[in-house]
Amino acid sequence: MIGYYEQKHHLYDTMLKAFVAKEVKPHAADIDEREVFPHDTVKKMAALGMLGVPFKDYDGAGGDEVAYAQTVLSLSKACATTGVIVSAHTSLCSWPIHAFGSDDQKARYLPKLNRGEWLGAFALTEPSAGTDAGAQKTVAVPEGEGYRLNGTKIFITNAGVADLYVILAMTNPELKTKGISAFLVEATFEGFRVGKKEKKLGIRGSSTCELILDNVYVPKENLLGKVNQGFKIALATLDGGRIGIAAQAVGIAEGAIDEAIKYVKERQQFNRPIAHFQHTQFALAQMETQKEAAKHLTFYAARLKQEGKPYSQAAAQAKLFAAQVAMDVTTQAVQLLGGYGYTREYPLERMMRDAKITEIYEGTNEAQKMVIASHLLRGGAR
Amino acid sequence: MNILVLVKQVPNTTEMMIDKENGTLIRAGVESIANPDDLTGVELALELKEKTNGHVRVITMGPTQAEDMLRGLYGMGVDDAVLLTDKRFAGSDTWATSNILSAAIKRYPYDLIIAGRQAIDGDTAQVGPQVAEALGLPQVTYVHDVTHYETSSLTVIKSLEEEKLTLRLPLPGLITVLSEAREPRYLNVKDVMTAHQKPLETLTFDDLDLSLDAVGLKASPTRVKRTYTKEIVQKSPVQTLSPEDAATLILKHVVGHH
Repeated sequence: MIGYYEQKHHLYDTMLKAFVAKEVKPHAADIDEREVFPHDTVKKMAALGMLGVPFKDYDGAGGDEVAYAQTVLSLSKACATTGVIVSAHTSLCSWPIHAFGSDDQKARYLPKLNRGEWLGAFALTEPSAGTDAGAQKTVAVPEGEGYRLNGTKIFITNAGVADLYVILAMTNPELKTKGISAFLVEATFEGFRVGKKEKKLGIRGSSTCELILDNVYVPKENLLGKVNQGFKIALATLDGGRIGIAAQAVGIAEGAIDEAIKYVKERQQFNRPIAHFQHTQFALAQMETQKEAAKHLTFYAARLKQEGKPYSQAAAQAKLFAAQVAMDVTTQAVQLLGGYGYTREYPLERMMRDAKITEIYEGTNEAQKMVIASHLLRGGAR
Repeated sequence: MNILVLVKQVPNTTEMMIDKENGTLIRAGVESIANPDDLTGVELALELKEKTNGHVRVITMGPTQAEDMLRGLYGMGVDDAVLLTDKRFAGSDTWATSNILSAAIKRYPYDLIIAGRQAIDGDTAQVGPQVAEALGLPQVTYVHDVTHYETSSLTVIKSLEEEKLTLRLPLPGLITVLSEAREPRYLNVKDVMTAHQKPLETLTFDDLDLSLDAVGLKASPTRVKRTYTKEIVQKSPVQTLSPEDAATLILKHVVGHH
């Protein structure tokens, strides 16, 4: 991506291309079909530093936000499941600890997360608190030198395989969103349980589960940030997470276009490859242009974050647009393949199923519009 | 252990264009990659480095664009990279190339030199052995595995067509390795991110203890008289057979040859 890449990013693309071709693409259909978490791939990514890409300290790989977006994009071209595992781990768990954690918390958790010895997750959503995050029912009551947590979280990416969870809970319920705090909960804490595993339309290899907090005692050293600062931490975390999901969506779209191009050059109808028909050409041109626009928005948001500039609006716009593009492009790609596209002989139906989630998680399309509109109406930075 | 690895940048294509004037390869416009056998050499070097707390330096001779390849090798984890580049080196055959590489190698400490068996463009398999000769070093070619290392020697398995030999190579020495020996590792994020910040030593003719009659096209004893594309001549008739008959026929031939 000229304009966003430095030399190292070009070299990193060659690394990602080789890794994805050999270690990710061959397993994508299988982990989808069997709904199994790709533990081996995660181990291999960990060994190469891919679980700590944007962090320079605490054993991070010393990359940046552009490199991080590249990582999720490249993985998602072949397998959106593998993309979101990295995204949830990096954006939603390591990042808030890096941004809001105490020195002690950073020293205790970041090296393990960055080296990929531990996997991370983030838990905000509850059965009756989705976009309305202030309706949280999980509570944290002070007790002794810590807090007692009780409640249920749902739809938690990496749940069941993660070792550390950033968990949001009400410390002052009457204050609504201003009464939420963030906690670092280890999977081994007593009373912490992983509940039902969701059966999903797409990203079926990723582990999405319910979490049950049954009288979990969390020492005060594991309060992330200050008391009642949790909602602010959650919003900031999701701002960055959206760059990851935008990159995932762009990756899915790019992967679908590659598959469609391969097919239309081979598929013969009316004695010629269907690539010769202008309809096919126009469809591909439209898909590629949409995808490139989404890619620019995504890397633009990544660059803003990297340069320490406000990126909340840019990230929401990138995520909104890229998710819509992923849905459009994969739907069109399935159409180009016709009946074959609808079968599991080809990866496009999977890509179309995977694309849908990017319009939903880490804020639905509608939630992105709320974020964007609030920036516009406040008259803040564009 | 100080290890030097000789690496060549080669065109990434099987369809090579040949310059009809002097019979050499046209490299312009073709994507370049690190020669596969050489990457295996780098992999073996990095493994030995990890086991012996050693140091790996890669050396290449080529145009300035070879820097990209060297940055990629930094991304794999090599410690130092050296680029030998000079217009006077252009057109060097394997003898002249070996003279240049040997002169450069003399500048660095080394216990072991590793070269790929051969490059996919020229396929000569001559440079490694010639470097060993020029430096007066013992050598083992066609190395399939390194099974044991000491400060004074290396135990290697040499692969011949029909058999494998286990040999002990006194150090300092040189080996040429086969691609089958190791799958080169992936680049890793940490080394990729710093690859372009690392120093790249660039040496020209003037930096080396060499005379002009030992380098370049004019000094090269190799003369390409003619190059041609091999034509495929069909010698056996085409037979259309049922799968059963085809299998029987193939079996007969296989049994007949062994």
